[in-house]
Amino acid sequence: MMHRSEKIWLILSFGMIIGFMLITGYQTFALEMGPPSYGERIDPQKVDETAPFDNPGIKKVGEKEYEVVMTLQVFSFTPNEIEVPAGSTVHFTMTSKDVVHGFQVADTNLNAMVVPGYVQKITQKFDKPGEYLVLCNEYCGAGHQMMSTTITVK
Amino acid sequence: MFNPSAKLKVDRRDGKLAMAHFFVAFTALAIGGLAGLLQTLVRSGKFELPAGIGYYQILTVHGVVLGLVLTTFFIMGFQIAATSKTSGTLTNKQRIAGWTGFWLMTAGTVLAAVMILLNEATVLYTFYAPLQAHALYYIGLTLVIVGSWIDGAAIIMKYAEWRRKNPGQPSPLLTFMSLVNTMMWIVATIGVASTVLFQLLPWSLGFVETVNIGVSRTLFWYFGHPLVYFWLLPAYMAWYVVIPKVIGGKIFSDSLARMSFILFLLFSIPVGFHHQLMEPGIDPAWKFLQVILTFLVVIPSLMTAFSLFATFESFGRSKGATGLFGWVKKLPWGDARFTVPFIGMVAFIPAGAGGIVNASHQMNQVVHNTIWVTGHFHLTVATSVVLTFFGVSYWLIPHLTGRILTKAMNKLGIIQAVIWAIGMTFMSGAMHAAGLLGAPRRSSYSEYGGAAQAAEWIPYQVAQAIGGTILFIGIILMLYIFINLAFFAPKGEQEFPVGEAADEAEKAPMVFENWKLWLGITVVLILFAYTIPFIDLIQNAPPGAKGYKLW
Repeated sequence: MMHRSEKIWLILSFGMIIGFMLITGYQTFALEMGPPSYGERIDPQKVDETAPFDNPGIKKVGEKEYEVVMTLQVFSFTPNEIEVPAGSTVHFTMTSKDVVHGFQVADTNLNAMVVPGYVQKITQKFDKPGEYLVLCNEYCGAGHQMMSTTITVK
Repeated sequence: MFNPSAKLKVDRRDGKLAMAHFFVAFTALAIGGLAGLLQTLVRSGKFELPAGIGYYQILTVHGVVLGLVLTTFFIMGFQIAATSKTSGTLTNKQRIAGWTGFWLMTAGTVLAAVMILLNEATVLYTFYAPLQAHALYYIGLTLVIVGSWIDGAAIIMKYAEWRRKNPGQPSPLLTFMSLVNTMMWIVATIGVASTVLFQLLPWSLGFVETVNIGVSRTLFWYFGHPLVYFWLLPAYMAWYVVIPKVIGGKIFSDSLARMSFILFLLFSIPVGFHHQLMEPGIDPAWKFLQVILTFLVVIPSLMTAFSLFATFESFGRSKGATGLFGWVKKLPWGDARFTVPFIGMVAFIPAGAGGIVNASHQMNQVVHNTIWVTGHFHLTVATSVVLTFFGVSYWLIPHLTGRILTKAMNKLGIIQAVIWAIGMTFMSGAMHAAGLLGAPRRSSYSEYGGAAQAAEWIPYQVAQAIGGTILFIGIILMLYIFINLAFFAPKGEQEFPVGEAADEAEKAPMVFENWKLWLGITVVLILFAYTIPFIDLIQNAPPGAKGYKLW
């Protein structure tokens, strides 16, 4: 037979775990805070010829709203050096031209895998002015640690 | 519970087989530990590798040799010894399976190691395509896995034989646990074996030009998470069954232990997507489903925690302890066989909490691929699991070699674990902190063009190097103790401690031995969690990726 204290422990355990499930589920589906999962496919050998990646860069799409079309390749980001005014919402659309890369912006929640053959999307609002470091956080070869750029928020 | 098959001593021939595994495991500890030390030194920015050796090359050595070789060899050796002890000496046929598996695994390890040393396979132990290693690296890894299946077959055959000879009886607990872990390993490694054999090997040999990256990554992580439970369960075997005997207490409940192992079998596998949360091409609903299943694996760990501390407390109280925590003083702190794994158990509290953070969808986005994750698994596998393996070695190695753990070695064992705890507090603590600030894992030293944010990480990287150096001293001590116990300790009889259940009358329900049921549920859960997203990855696959050698 189960001990009384064991029952209490198991009830607390299950309660805690169900709490975690509800919170992550609520954030994912009600608040749309789920992890980046965009799924459009692309030929990784023909990135340069495929829209929108034939013309990577930053484009203003609304009041304080920007779209960045970005390619990742060993060992750089295109476009390099992005600048937006403080308070801007930036939508990133990315793909890889060679191996798997990671897109991470320190001090923000921007973090996404960029896998050849797939288009990845992620959005972030930049409130605080400053220089944000963008780096590749998935091993991509001997120069992996050199793969970085900056986003300047003015 | 009277068990007629249990032996006082593991048969010498089985002991030799287990010891062969341990020699490879501890050689791996020496090589992988040295690689780890070098990595922390490089990342401090104060040291550069000589002779053109690349950071990522030694990182590959570290991951393969410690994550795959040390663990698999130690676990197989331990499980063979535990099965032989509790279910009786292996038959010749079973032992031949064990040796065949051992030599295949060893040959595969040597092959993979040579390719890494020739700089033909600097792809890390996760070998993410389309980075393309030499075909012999993939063949080496395949041999390690196939070898482990044949090795594990010895345990499965012994279990089947025991059940045949003891109808209607629950199997000995340590045999049962070894069997569960072996079966989970076989089901899980089918994933990595599939991607290596059907995708990466033909591709690296040039038979096919491109590879489906989404499928390859998904098959890898179908294996990658149960892998960590394959490491953990042998530690739980020691915590549930061995530690109670070492302290002079009883197993809290035989049935509870079996139930938690069955839960691990069911829930360890259909959870691989929580390593792929940041990835495109997998529907968020399926990711979330696997996050839920991941949370469910927390339950058997919490049950284990309860069971262990219940054992400790009831033992202390039986020795006359009073008050809420009086029993703590009654525990045998001077015994390395208890204290070393105990430090591992304590490390599992922050380690497990960190794991829940990693699995939690949105929080994962903050820490994914940062060095926080490295800090996390250096608490789980490199502290909880490894310290328990060290604690097991202190009685198992002399038991198998017909020697004893002397007082001096016992003391050194405790010192070793304290050094380990200090080193790991520095290293893992600094990794967690730097990771929260954004420092990436798996990256050589970089100032990122003089970025102010990256400059903040450097003091933490220096702390990691200090921790790494302390840990390396711990590794040297451990190797010294291992060599002593294997070759030089005085001859004698060292006990193989196997605990008994507190309630002797309690007979574990036979339903726990119903493998059609448990493997059936395991398969159903896997199919439920994976079928639809996996078909999507194949049917809606983008054109494949060509191979790259970028190191």
